[in-house]
Amino acid sequence: MNLTFREAMLTFKRAPLLSALSVTTIAFSLFVLGLFGLVVVNLQDALRGVEERVEVVAYLLPGAPVEAVAQALKDIEAFPEVQSASYVSEDDALARARAELVELRDVMQELERNPLPASIEVKLKPGFRDTDHVSAVAERLRGFGFVDDVRFGRDWVEKLDRLRGLAAAVGIIVGAAFAVVAIIIIGTTIRMAVLQRSREIAIMRLVGATDGFIRRPFLLQGAIKGLLGGAVAIGLSFGAYLLINRYLLQSAFFTQEQAAAIVAFGALIGLLGSSLSVGRHLKRV
Amino acid sequence: MIKFTNVFKAFPKGGLALKDVSFHVAKGEFAFLTGHSGAGKSTVMKLIYAEERPTAGEVRVSGYNVNDMRPRDVPMLRRKLGIVFQDFRLLEDRTAEENVAFALEVTGARVSTIAARVMRVLTQVGLAAKAQAYPRELSGGEQQRVAIARALVNEPTVLLADEPTGNLDERATRGVFQLLRDINASGTAVVMATHDLDLVRQAPYRVIELQEGALVYDSAVDEASPRDQAAAP
Ligand SMILES: Nc1ncnc2c1ncn2[C@@H]1O[C@H](COP(=O)(O)OP(=O)(O)OP(=O)(O)O)[C@@H](O)[C@H]1O
Ligand SMILES: [Mg+2]
Repeated sequence: MNLTFREAMLTFKRAPLLSALSVTTIAFSLFVLGLFGLVVVNLQDALRGVEERVEVVAYLLPGAPVEAVAQALKDIEAFPEVQSASYVSEDDALARARAELVELRDVMQELERNPLPASIEVKLKPGFRDTDHVSAVAERLRGFGFVDDVRFGRDWVEKLDRLRGLAAAVGIIVGAAFAVVAIIIIGTTIRMAVLQRSREIAIMRLVGATDGFIRRPFLLQGAIKGLLGGAVAIGLSFGAYLLINRYLLQSAFFTQEQAAAIVAFGALIGLLGSSLSVGRHLKRV
Repeated sequence: MIKFTNVFKAFPKGGLALKDVSFHVAKGEFAFLTGHSGAGKSTVMKLIYAEERPTAGEVRVSGYNVNDMRPRDVPMLRRKLGIVFQDFRLLEDRTAEENVAFALEVTGARVSTIAARVMRVLTQVGLAAKAQAYPRELSGGEQQRVAIARALVNEPTVLLADEPTGNLDERATRGVFQLLRDINASGTAVVMATHDLDLVRQAPYRVIELQEGALVYDSAVDEASPRDQAAAP
């Protein structure tokens, strides 16, 4: 292990330029991947924000018995899909309408009788905010005798469904494409490092080094390059994030776990890339 | 020790490099391998250190059968051999000492023993004073001595030398050759491929001559005056 580490470090000392190039290449590949990751993260945040507004509203018949409504609220909150259910009385509805519809304030002021019905507003838990679950909850709400009508903006929820599917598909396809490109580029730079040392590898073999012994320093070196590249990529992404936040739009950065995952991914492809390159080289000669 | 039995070697795009070659080198023996350029000397060497496999016939080296050796046994065979080339094959960015130590480290030798063993062989080849020098700071003869020290450090039973004096002037040649003789005198078998017929005449060693891939003369087998035959063009 000691020896492996020494040999891996020697590479950085002997070929500082090529090593720096490898790290830079890995960093930029992962940076592009990271930028795309940021887009995905922010898109997800935005989708989640929109999703939070998914709610089912049950309008009540005038004069619904208060006790029955209170009991119904409890029952509804016990639905597995339901996050919260709140009662909006006729007066609350009117007050809200006055606050929201400023242009109509005068008209509202002159009303003799409140035309707005009381309602129960139901918010769903994350993961249940799609057409199927929303419809199911709406159907159950219709079952209450004092419920007049149930609304939930079907078109809108369906659009959200499609958007979610699209975001996932684009995320997976584009992400995979970027990852493959990154792996190829990284594999190539590591292949250069292997070729640069092919004479040394030939000599190692002549004096009786096993393939495993030859391989180990390269694997370690690849992993270290990947790790460094990943760290630089996170740094670059953070810089990009700061710029975007300042000049374009408010956005979110990776969580610590996501950042760590990107660095680990860098180390992993460094390891895989060097494993493939060295393996191919050893098999060929 | 080394036994070739009716060995043929064909390269994919090179025709027959060896044709029906048979010989046996015993423990502790010194054997010259001679012949014109392209006669197949290096090919014989490659078969001995399992860089190549025979196309037909059998090659046995130090208990291993090169014909159907598992790839992971090849390093084990090479640790029993010392190999020296015309172009030295030293690592340019390591000192003489590090080049020799490398051959030990590769075999997983105990770290605490390495320095002493390296100094011992460097002393044996007369280069103890230049242990810290890099190859570019050494003459050709000195570089070849480092290479020989590296070949010796694993205490091989056979030293293979493929034209070890090919790049050296006369003086350095004599020095390196004397070193190989000393090594042989201490019990290591030596197989040396060379063009240098003066060298061959100088010493009373066995001569195996190849011509276009065929073994045409072996002083251990043919009775008639070995030196003259070996010297014949
Ligand atoms: N890898 C190879 N592929 C194809 N042909 C080869 C290969 N190695 C050797 N040969 C051929 O085999 C024959 C013997 O080559 P070899 O290197 O053994 O000769 P040699 O006796 O060592 O010559 P020299 O004295 O010039 O070193 C030559 O004709 C050469 O072209
Ligand atoms: Mg040759």
